[in-house]
Amino acid sequence: MDTMRERFAAVTSRLLDEDPRLAVVLAEIGTDGFDAAGRRHPERVINVGIREQLLVGVGGGLALAGMRPVLHTFASFLVERPFEQVKLDLGHQEAGAVLVSAYGSYDWPAGGYTHMSPGDVALLDTLDGWTVHVPGHPDEAETLVRRAAAAGDDKVYVRLSGQSNTAGRPVDGAGFLTVREGRAGVVVAVGPVLDDVLAATEGLDVTVLYATTVRPFDGAALRAAVGAGRSADVVLVEPYLAGTSTAYANDALADVPHRVLGLGTGRRELRRYGTVPEHVRAHGLDAASLRERIAAFTAAPAAARA
Amino acid sequence: MTTTPATPAPPTGYDDLPRLMSLMTGDEKHGPAATSTLDALWVLYDRVLRVTPATAETPDRDRFLLSKGHGPMAYYAVLAAKGFVPVDWLPGFGSYDSPLGHHPDRTLVPGAEIGSGSLGHGLPLAVGTALGLRARGLYGRPGRDPRVWVLVGDAELDEGSNHEAIAYAGAAGLDTLHTLVIDNSSATYALPGGIAARFAAAGWSTTTVDGRDHEALHAAFTAPHPGRPHAVVAAVEPAYV
Repeated sequence: MDTMRERFAAVTSRLLDEDPRLAVVLAEIGTDGFDAAGRRHPERVINVGIREQLLVGVGGGLALAGMRPVLHTFASFLVERPFEQVKLDLGHQEAGAVLVSAYGSYDWPAGGYTHMSPGDVALLDTLDGWTVHVPGHPDEAETLVRRAAAAGDDKVYVRLSGQSNTAGRPVDGAGFLTVREGRAGVVVAVGPVLDDVLAATEGLDVTVLYATTVRPFDGAALRAAVGAGRSADVVLVEPYLAGTSTAYANDALADVPHRVLGLGTGRRELRRYGTVPEHVRAHGLDAASLRERIAAFTAAPAAARA
Repeated sequence: MTTTPATPAPPTGYDDLPRLMSLMTGDEKHGPAATSTLDALWVLYDRVLRVTPATAETPDRDRFLLSKGHGPMAYYAVLAAKGFVPVDWLPGFGSYDSPLGHHPDRTLVPGAEIGSGSLGHGLPLAVGTALGLRARGLYGRPGRDPRVWVLVGDAELDEGSNHEAIAYAGAAGLDTLHTLVIDNSSATYALPGGIAARFAAAGWSTTTVDGRDHEALHAAFTAPHPGRPHAVVAAVEPAYV
């Protein structure tokens, strides 16, 4: 299976052939994947060098000239470093773009904190009007990249990851999917954490919703999953900063007494290198840790262990 | 950009500009600092830019991006003189109900290509606009090739984002791009060797002129620069003396 980034490059290269309005802007990172497309469309595959403020500014200018720009680099250099450009050169100008990031929260742990961006989605939450896709599988990445490119002049963020679930699911770029149904609580799994969440909740009497589009947040699906009970216990499992979507879940459940546990990556810098599984464990996002925390919070009877 | 509402025939002369500015500020007379951009803006809009209120939405219009959004009275006065902005908007300058703020907002001001105020955003946006117009295939029709102009201040060049844009545009040979630098010596640390040298080192064509001399400005604005972006440094009276 190819990676999400490889799929993104392949799919977007094909989209460049089909849509004359589409342009890809890169800042040295990821150029290999667009070599062939760049030879076919030299004016629509643009590498600005190692210049991330310019990357986003050029995206804004392309949109103002009537193009549909797709910007790509690592999340830390796409959202965090040029954040004011994201705020002003896109949002304030009413200019749309598709931002496609890689490396996420800790896809390259040996690279250390400079290449980690656990706060990208939380940062975008300070701005208005962003759609945020977090695919959990290369097939889902393809679907969501296609939808983002075709989404008019919307501002869309696609957060690619090296981490992936075993199988893709039929995501639609909008609502949450119901993967499992139970009565003692609702667990929302975002993108690549789904396999671990399913393993963690095996035999627990909980509903599992799968979210690959987190903004807008599908509050209606969450509210429906909670059902007609007098109270609700909800666990969010996100592959970025813990609690990023907690306020959205609270808003969705404003009419019912509820508790929300937000799981995700911690704020504290680990100052560790190593591997992805080691970082997953360090943040308590491995299946065993998740099971312990979800079961304790929801008090869900563990049928398999009863 | 927003469209211009129906408006009576605009006043048009350069001599009208002080009166138009006074509508915004209430001052009878403006010092040079308030008008550092005035002459260069006038020459651009009066003699160089191929854009009018009637063509303000056409794909192949020339683009002017005011990057230095501070002190936009001269810009609004020129837009009013050229009929983009109704003159009766000017007295409300900066008020809650006015579309004319102390920094321009492209969604509120007819004819304004960008919203600005935070320094260092116009040049990168101009690079992207020039690339976008090229990608749309709008070139190759003599006399109708859209050109992109961006106005920056000398102190604005402190912002590193400009230098990302200057370096890239020079290397890419982006010859539809033009930067107008209004140099009123307001940078605390002047660029060693001068502003033009910084552009020239990045591969730009450059001209430095008296920013009050309309003929010199026009000559600098229209100088050929095949294969290279063009920078015009317009020197005016120092802002702080």
